[in-house]
Amino acid sequence: MILTVALREFKSLFLSPLAWSILAVVQLILGFLFLSRLEVFQLYQPQLMAMDSAPGLTEIVLPDLLGNAAVILLLVVPLLTMRLVAEERRNRTLALLFSAPLSMTEIVLGKYLGILLFLLVLLGMIALMPLSLLFGASLDLGLMASGFLGLALLLAGFAAVGLFMSTLTQYTTVAAISSFGALLLFWILDWSGQGTAGGNWLAYLSLFNHYKPFLEGVFDSADAAYHVLLIVTFLVLSIRRLDADRLGG
Amino acid sequence: MSHNTLVEIRNLSRFYGALQAVRDVSFTIRQGEVLGFLGPNGAGKTTTMQIISGNLAPSGGSVTIAGHDLLEDPRAAKSQIGYLPEQPPLYRELTVDEYLDYCAALNHVPRAQRLQARDNAKERCGLHGVGRRLIGNLSKGFQQRVGIAQAIIHLPPVVILDEPTVGLDPIQIREIRALIRELGKEHGVILSTHILPEVQATCDRVQIINKGELVLNESIEGLEHHMKSASLTVAFHRPPAQESLEKLPGVKSVRPEKDGRMHIFHEAEQNPTDIILRLAVDKNWGLYEIRPGRLSLEQIFMELTTDAAADDVHAHAPAITAELTP
Repeated sequence: MILTVALREFKSLFLSPLAWSILAVVQLILGFLFLSRLEVFQLYQPQLMAMDSAPGLTEIVLPDLLGNAAVILLLVVPLLTMRLVAEERRNRTLALLFSAPLSMTEIVLGKYLGILLFLLVLLGMIALMPLSLLFGASLDLGLMASGFLGLALLLAGFAAVGLFMSTLTQYTTVAAISSFGALLLFWILDWSGQGTAGGNWLAYLSLFNHYKPFLEGVFDSADAAYHVLLIVTFLVLSIRRLDADRLGG
Repeated sequence: MSHNTLVEIRNLSRFYGALQAVRDVSFTIRQGEVLGFLGPNGAGKTTTMQIISGNLAPSGGSVTIAGHDLLEDPRAAKSQIGYLPEQPPLYRELTVDEYLDYCAALNHVPRAQRLQARDNAKERCGLHGVGRRLIGNLSKGFQQRVGIAQAIIHLPPVVILDEPTVGLDPIQIREIRALIRELGKEHGVILSTHILPEVQATCDRVQIINKGELVLNESIEGLEHHMKSASLTVAFHRPPAQESLEKLPGVKSVRPEKDGRMHIFHEAEQNPTDIILRLAVDKNWGLYEIRPGRLSLEQIFMELTTDAAADDVHAHAPAITAELTP
């Protein structure tokens, strides 16, 4: 039943030009960044060859690409999640889901899964770019797997925050701007108190600090747990919010 | 609970903040019955229907659908209903077929039976030929039909329709009414409307709700009986004194009208028509008109829902409007 809602959500995304244009624009920009980074590598290749334990191709291209991808998707994901509930509320189609034999949890998880499927497509398309290098070079596949796992977790977190913001309002633009604001805030939390040595709890909450290790090839279960906690928190909040729709007036 | 009682609503109430939109409403719906839910705007019709369909939680009371309590076992209860809200919940970017398939899946229609369920619903709502069109491009009447098709696709025992004929042209209204009658043969149907003839044309039972309270719950036959009220309208060329009519057996009161006619109210069992006729001939009153008085549904509706009447009936409970005015 979750899957029914998810697939409908996924297919509906492609019925509007929004999903297509997002895929195209993201691919274009990241393609450009990818190629320019590759250029840098080619430029310094002679010097790198001469160095002992020089950084490899993957190490030069990938963290940079994924770091940029995260920032771009921070802008893009709110646009995808904004319509999830807000639009249904505005068009009064929520009644269809509410009167069907579905629990709120199923509705929320279905919608979330639909967005995740789309983000997976996006992720797959980004992954194709570095993978294309396999034709002519060898890659550090471990580093790549770690990086993409990090990006996947990050995007799942973005989507959960976006979904929650969408349950709060009936205006899609309000949902988009508030999820963008919330995500950006989570991102830049580590800017505060950079001078203080260690134990800065604000910096600890920052999304960025839990994403960076993945890009360096470090898989820390604490970082993964952070993302999972973030996702679960916002999903639970979304369920509660939709339930309140029924209870409130 | 009797064998074929589909919905049982007990002491339902609902607050919006301090405003009580529904107060202590109880009724039942049986299989094969179309229940008309009447009331002026803002009387609590839609709120009641939203509660029965599970879109709104009640503040108090219980709803039992086909033996399942809506609050304790919402999934089982909701699988027994089909709901068409005031504004049909349509995804404009889908085709009719895609939309109906989705609704069937949401309502747990097994995959193998979905095609048949969809064809069946389209057949009943007159939707053949538009299956591949986008819902957003359909006319209002067709959108309304898609809304009804959505509500009956899983053949629920209970169908709840909130103002299903709003915004339709007269021909479409007739078709939709015929469809509702058809549905009423096998399903239990709750139909809300503020169009009075619609109730007389389609319903088996009428409920009038005013300010959140049920003020009438009557079968259509009972209502007919109500409407044949115990009164006569008579007119004479040479009218007799009012007292001589009032003294007749069974007559309760006589009210003269401005145009010379008189209304005679009598006991329901003692119709004085015969006596009046005989006297009129004997005493040469010049009787030229006599007909039974008949209240229209509209009059009953007005009587039950106008403020004066409602305030009289519920003088013990302060009216909401009175509380709100400073």
